[in-house]
Amino acid sequence: MEKINRPYRVLVGKPGLDGHDRGAKFIARALRDEGFEVIYTGIRRTPDEIAAAAIQEDVAAIGLSSLSGAHLKLFPEVVKALERRGVTDIPVIGGGVIPEDDIPTLIAAGLTEIFTPGTPADTIINAFAEACRKHFAAQGDNH
Amino acid sequence: MLLPRPAENILLLKVTTISTIIERLKDNDPRAMARAISLVENNDPASREILASLDRESIKSSLVLGITGPPGAGKSTLTSQLISLLRQQNQRVGIIAIDPSSPISGGAILGDRVRMMDHALDPDVVVRSMATRGRLGGLCASAGAAVRIMASCGCRYILIETVGVGQSEMDIVSLADITLMVLAPGFGDDIQAMKAGLLEVADMIAVNKSDLPGAEGLCLDMEQLFHQRNMDGRQHVVKVAASLGQDIDKLLEAIRSLADQHDLKGEKDRRRQIALKRETLDWALETMRPELAVIIQKLQSDQGCDPRVNAETAITEFIKKNT
Ligand SMILES: Nc1nc2c(ncn2[C@@H]2O[C@H](COP(=O)(O)OP(=O)(O)OP(=O)(O)O)[C@@H](O)[C@H]2O)c(=O)[nH]1
Ligand SMILES: [Mg+2]
Repeated sequence: MEKINRPYRVLVGKPGLDGHDRGAKFIARALRDEGFEVIYTGIRRTPDEIAAAAIQEDVAAIGLSSLSGAHLKLFPEVVKALERRGVTDIPVIGGGVIPEDDIPTLIAAGLTEIFTPGTPADTIINAFAEACRKHFAAQGDNH
Repeated sequence: MLLPRPAENILLLKVTTISTIIERLKDNDPRAMARAISLVENNDPASREILASLDRESIKSSLVLGITGPPGAGKSTLTSQLISLLRQQNQRVGIIAIDPSSPISGGAILGDRVRMMDHALDPDVVVRSMATRGRLGGLCASAGAAVRIMASCGCRYILIETVGVGQSEMDIVSLADITLMVLAPGFGDDIQAMKAGLLEVADMIAVNKSDLPGAEGLCLDMEQLFHQRNMDGRQHVVKVAASLGQDIDKLLEAIRSLADQHDLKGEKDRRRQIALKRETLDWALETMRPELAVIIQKLQSDQGCDPRVNAETAITEFIKKNT
């Protein structure tokens, strides 16, 4: 991965009611080890809470994890919660136990990318880096 | 007093240009505040204009509380409880939560928010997580600027949470008007290690986890520390149980009363003067750093030459270029 000259700030959170955050924590650590600053919000967050935190923290991208099967509802709700706050330039990446068939629906709902178990960590990290670059490019900031 | 603020569902303008940011800061727009802090944190050239536009009166009247203590003592839990209490009193609150950057990757996991998420939807609770980015001087500078941005945007109370075990992290606390050290029973070694320097940094001590055995003894021990300095221990040591929400009001009362005393004695002004000078020095060094780095890169690398000598050569070069 190319070196970034100032750390990208991203938010990793877990909407919904199930209590496992192994996946989210794993990604948070992997991102930290690649030089990202990761705002970790923990489990059982509502889409609105995630959106509000992302704005206050001025993150360049958001990563969501879901294992409960509620991704079809919760992931798009995060995108909508951001839109309600006038934010359309923070890419949202999803991951977790997600059937292949659901992926096009999620992409259509505004998610940038979806990763399923077994995706190499490098692929995910590169997707975050790419999402951050897109965010800054949209601001006219060639980070 | 509550300041005007955008309603929760208002469509925020796209905050991209500096003049929009400055304009939107006057409305306490959350995105403008966040963006302004980022620009300052990254030492963007635009930060100067933003910082010059801030409201000095609000900055002056704000109360900056530093909250430090060993990892796991309950700083974030206590911070969250203090936020709840201040919100009941209709105060707008700013929080800066600082965690260390990894010295290897430069990245960081900023997790203090986990315990503050109760307030995530409250537009009058502004939380900002910051990583130390391996340069504490620079951090003091950007955290100080973040404090002033929050104060200017109506946060009367600003809480800075930082892990304090090493002396260097405690420097950050110099930004605070009042520094609160959070301790808890079961941290014997950490506390012994800090004891000598404890009162040099802490104005007050919160003995947290009062529900656990050992809290009483720790309390007496800490009061004793203040007595030895001819200070009233009971005024400076408060026992709380953050996770149970116990005695948070007593703590806030004690903090306020000490802050008022400092204000009357001119101690607040004195401390802020020192902090401002120190931050000014930090900014000066931060601002020169990139150009100096380039000069040093290009310096004829005479292996035999001592870095101390090279530094002077570099500075001479720097001055020549800038006059
Ligand atoms: N028994 C008891 N546990 C508490 C109390 N306050 C906090 N805790 C627990 O102590 C642990 C650490 O709390 P935090 O608030 O995360 O501590 P911290 O000092 O912010 O920790 P770092 O940010 O990691 O340095 C958590 O499991 C809390 O639930 C208390 O009053 N009593
Ligand atoms: Mg904490």
